[in-house]
Amino acid sequence: MNGLRAAGGPVIPNFGHPSACIKHNGWLCTDWVRAHWGDTLQPALLQHVYLTLIAVGIGFVIAFLLALVGFRFRIFDAPLGAFTDFLYTIPSIALYQLLVPVTGLTVTTIEIALVSYTLFVLYRNIVAGLRGVPEEVLESARGMGFTRRQTFLRVELPLAVPAILAGVRLATVATIAIATVAAIVLHYGLGAPIFDALQDPDIFRTKLVTAGGLAILLALTADGLLALLQRALTPWSRLG
Amino acid sequence: MPSAAAELVFDEATKVYPGRDGAAVDHLSLTVPAGEICVLVGPSGGGKTTALKLVNRLIPLSSGDIRIDGTSILQLDLIELRRSIGYVIQQVGLFPHITIEGNIGTVPRLLGRPRSWIKTRSAELLELVGLDPSYAKRFPAQLSGGERQRVGLARALAANPSLMLMDEPFGAIDPIVRARLQDEFLRLQQELRKTVVFVTHDVDEAIKVGDRIAILREGGRLAQYDTPQRILEQPVDDFVADFVGRDRALKALSLRKVGDLKLAPPPTGAGDALPRLSAETNMREALAVLIAEGLDALLVVGEDGSPLGVATREDLLG
Repeated sequence: MNGLRAAGGPVIPNFGHPSACIKHNGWLCTDWVRAHWGDTLQPALLQHVYLTLIAVGIGFVIAFLLALVGFRFRIFDAPLGAFTDFLYTIPSIALYQLLVPVTGLTVTTIEIALVSYTLFVLYRNIVAGLRGVPEEVLESARGMGFTRRQTFLRVELPLAVPAILAGVRLATVATIAIATVAAIVLHYGLGAPIFDALQDPDIFRTKLVTAGGLAILLALTADGLLALLQRALTPWSRLG
Repeated sequence: MPSAAAELVFDEATKVYPGRDGAAVDHLSLTVPAGEICVLVGPSGGGKTTALKLVNRLIPLSSGDIRIDGTSILQLDLIELRRSIGYVIQQVGLFPHITIEGNIGTVPRLLGRPRSWIKTRSAELLELVGLDPSYAKRFPAQLSGGERQRVGLARALAANPSLMLMDEPFGAIDPIVRARLQDEFLRLQQELRKTVVFVTHDVDEAIKVGDRIAILREGGRLAQYDTPQRILEQPVDDFVADFVGRDRALKALSLRKVGDLKLAPPPTGAGDALPRLSAETNMREALAVLIAEGLDALLVVGEDGSPLGVATREDLLG
């Protein structure tokens, strides 16, 4: 055993008895995955889910409030849209540079950036959904004696649900992707094992592929679940 | 809940849009007796839809007044006023995300009716407008244009309003279905006797549907307000005569039934060669039959097919 190790020299992650696959830096060494699911991959995945849920959740609340303002008072729509556009154009690495001196190397820093990026898609979709209600539907609602509030809650909001959920899907998938970059701030989420793998002189492929693959699977799963939610919430939208 | 039909009075009702030349509706005064259908008809720019929307205050009056059973609409709470009036529009405007049952129950729900009441009422109204009860759980996108308009009518009737406003309700529907909907609407009206204001740009529809017709000309001025018969037979001016068309004499015939003519006694036995038409047939159709068959007389029969008498071409032409 010792002879073997001496001959090959230690492959980057030095953990006991490396298999042939690990020694040759294979693309997908299942023994490594099994050995490190519990201490590396699973925690990173859960952290990533957490980052995404918080970012999309807070982003949704902020975007929804902004959209209410932009929808109700049309003159604010363009400025608010431009503001979310602007946030979206800031490169994330630059944004982290700006935030770290203020909020430090923390999850807060990551979330501020991620939330900023969700606003663009969410704001646009929520406003477009609310504005997309056909004129004749609004007229019949007014004519039948809906108050402004009832029109919003019973007509405009439910009819905007497909557009809103489409925005949530886009924002979620984008956040899962962008959140990997957050590892430059904090060793957190699926970006962490990816960064580790990249920092190995030889680039440890299995770690890179499994962490990257989990991010992709997470994005696809989230998208699928939200698609199911959309079908369940809006049975009427797939008809006709 | 109001159920008896209401009398509707336009009293110098006027709508002027700021920054626009002339009025959209200009000192319109007319009375729609309770339980009658008043058709507003006229060229585009005549303000007929504007006049209709003044009633439920979707468009606010500039001056003058509109009264429902003697009460000015301006004295009523806006929301309550609208909930008390049935409203039907050309594009129907059903809520796409709500089932047919829910759509029909819209106003009762706003008025706080219990769910079970609404369910029963929806089923009742579906039947009334000639739709199968199974439609209750469908969504608007699953219905044809004609079916959607029936639902629109059912929805407007749901809270049993005393007044109905119908803005080109059959305007977007193909001619065959439109004729059937008109017939069914008139049959319903026989039963329900609502006061109805009905806007159309189609003179034939106005003649068929209206108890009274108000012809509006450009600038929202009332040209003539009369029964279809009198509009056709005694148009007050060239505008009205032109508007109702050169075939107005024929249109007038379509308002009369052969059964209303003074018929010659049925010939014994010899009537077999004559075309037999029901007493309910209108005189325009009867004349068309005579022209098509090259005959001078026809046999009018009762519902049971028994001969009532003979009508000649001269009788029909008056």
